[in-house]
Amino acid sequence: MSESLTRDQYLELYYYMKLNRMLDEQLVRLFRQNVVVGGLYSNLGQEATSVGTAYALEKRDWIAPMIRNVGGLLVKGYRPRDILTQYMARYDSPTMGKDGTSHFGDLKDRHVVSPISMLGDLVPVMTGVAIGGRYLGQNIVAMTWVGDGATSTGAFHEGLNFAATQHAPLVLVVENNQWAYSTPVAKQVPIHDLADRAKAYGIASSVVDGNDVVAVYQTAKEAVARCRDGKGPVLIEAKTMRMKGHAQHDPAEYVPKEMFKYWEARDPIARYEKYLTENDIWDAKTKASLDARIDKELKEELEAAEKSPLPPPELAEQGVYCDGCHTIEPEWKRSKKEVMPPQSSVKPEWEVADFGGFDLASTISKKAAAKGDNGGVPAIQSKSVRAETVASQELKTNGRKLSVQKSNGRAEKSKVLERVPFGRGPKGKAGRK
Amino acid sequence: MPPVTMLEAIRQAIFEEMERDPSVVTIGEDIGVYGGAFKVTAGLLERFGWERVIDTPISETAIIGAAVGMSYQGLRPIAELQFIDFIACCFNQITNFVAKSHYRWGAPVPMVMRGPSGGGVHGGPFHSANPEMYFVHTPGLKVIYPSTAYDAKGLLKSAIRDNNPVLFLEHKFLYRRIKEELPEDDYTVPIGKAIVRREGRDLTIVTYAAMMHTSLEAAEELAKEGIEAEVVDLRTLLPLDKETILQSVKKTNKLLIVHEDTRTGGIAGEIAAVACEGAFEDLDGPILRVTAKDSPVPFSPPLEERFLPNKSDVLAAARELARY
Repeated sequence: MSESLTRDQYLELYYYMKLNRMLDEQLVRLFRQNVVVGGLYSNLGQEATSVGTAYALEKRDWIAPMIRNVGGLLVKGYRPRDILTQYMARYDSPTMGKDGTSHFGDLKDRHVVSPISMLGDLVPVMTGVAIGGRYLGQNIVAMTWVGDGATSTGAFHEGLNFAATQHAPLVLVVENNQWAYSTPVAKQVPIHDLADRAKAYGIASSVVDGNDVVAVYQTAKEAVARCRDGKGPVLIEAKTMRMKGHAQHDPAEYVPKEMFKYWEARDPIARYEKYLTENDIWDAKTKASLDARIDKELKEELEAAEKSPLPPPELAEQGVYCDGCHTIEPEWKRSKKEVMPPQSSVKPEWEVADFGGFDLASTISKKAAAKGDNGGVPAIQSKSVRAETVASQELKTNGRKLSVQKSNGRAEKSKVLERVPFGRGPKGKAGRK
Repeated sequence: MPPVTMLEAIRQAIFEEMERDPSVVTIGEDIGVYGGAFKVTAGLLERFGWERVIDTPISETAIIGAAVGMSYQGLRPIAELQFIDFIACCFNQITNFVAKSHYRWGAPVPMVMRGPSGGGVHGGPFHSANPEMYFVHTPGLKVIYPSTAYDAKGLLKSAIRDNNPVLFLEHKFLYRRIKEELPEDDYTVPIGKAIVRREGRDLTIVTYAAMMHTSLEAAEELAKEGIEAEVVDLRTLLPLDKETILQSVKKTNKLLIVHEDTRTGGIAGEIAAVACEGAFEDLDGPILRVTAKDSPVPFSPPLEERFLPNKSDVLAAARELARY
């Protein structure tokens, strides 16, 4: 049992996770009643990752959720009706029906940046939020989530590299839910732990059992503290499982049945309920009253959502530009004088003693040799990683070998290639030979 | 005050805005110690320090992404793309993240994306682009392409103060070739307003950026033949100043559009449609276009000269139009 959490906080973690799940179930019912417009993306099985990480943040901190991080939105103060109306494309939704799903945010109060469907793009954007906050003296941390699939995108790598060079206070949660649509993680990336990506960028990383909310919370808390101390970005890999298809239309028949069984036995909410009971944090009565509260709230939230009309058609062409509807003023937490001349004036010169030359290179390799394979990169130790979960990564990957194509032994004569003219030039002149 | 180049005018705009407002920051490749590939940002680092002049890795997606993030913090970043051709590398960030942000969830993105554009300097297929139409076709953005030092400075200031994402294209052929005396006081030029550079009665030439100068030269020559061409400089491509275009067309009854961008899908097509929709009854002749050829920008001088529209192309088209 962790000392850093109070009983109320333990119960609050349960509340958010359970609310996340019950909302998910409610949405499935609405989907079947044809009330949901478009696709429905389930969070089932990933509640501990979203809730545990977001719960480690303070109010001033920023998040950018992905589609399965409704738990993070709830922790940040959004209510189920916001998610319901988004999926139902209603006028009272945070985007007034202009976008759906978890694609919404709030710059002013909740500090939530809306995702877009293109994966990985939030990494550079949240790096910007992080360094912007640092410039303004806010001492904030920016957190975002990406799936295993998004680690294959260029934006992920460009963003992470830039965050690393900037020592940005960015916590990047790689939510390894084993599947990117129908592509298993083993086909997505040729490495065992996605956390290893951090090594290449010289930043701290850790692996955590994403279905253990207390472990997730503790790992995230440590990462957030590290960021706030100015020690640079942290990558957390949370190993979890997407328990449904990519979206509601997808029966996920490509997922081996044993795999679902394996993860069902590690359901984050059932596990946490057991944890709370075994550690005497709650009793049956507390659980019943929490569950009843969630049921009641969801009922009210649904009623509110259902009352909301569809948007008026003329809204379609409105709001493309800010025509003075917003007043933009950064929240300064430091003296502006510091960043204005003459105080801001510097002598621009290289700060690296050896100008990035050979001495630096040899220092790095010496450090790497001394520290093992980690390249001198500090790793935050996550004590809570369960060996069993990590072992589950070794899913059977039909043991494919790469076949190396060999030449047929004959040395090919070098052929003189005929030049193919790709423009014939002025009339009467054939392409130059 | 001595006359300054367009490049210096742009530098002054950034410098003065950073002096005026601590929320203005710059981000890009080699903009700090080196002062930028074209030296537009020279001296900024010394004056404003590392926090406000951010050198980045070669990562256009990270540059634009980080600029968006900073703008969400209420800052006003100016992102430099070393050559505008590299804007293709961050196309997704600009068209999907930046442009749709305010519309989708009411998050304004007060940022400027600027970079050297255009041909005529033998930059070849990857250092000569006129990428305006990818972005003119993207609701949510504003697109500016000035032709004079005065406009460049005034429009860039407006762009920095605007609450929307603005793509600010700088024609590199003009960087050091044109000079102008600028007012000493703080002035701005409004976004979305075209200007009549030369009055005329016989035909209207709608143009912008480097081709504005080519068109003006042609107009002077046409005047010797008794053809008085009116030259309209768009300055802003999105939003398009339809009113000024239509006013001029209704006056001269003939329309010639000149741009350095390639022909198919160039803004000339859009302007022709605007004229047909708003001044069809006033047109006394066909709407003609003088544009670059439909090919990538070639490298070798004779090829690039062939590719780019020039004064004699404008003269020929204007003379043809004058016959109607």
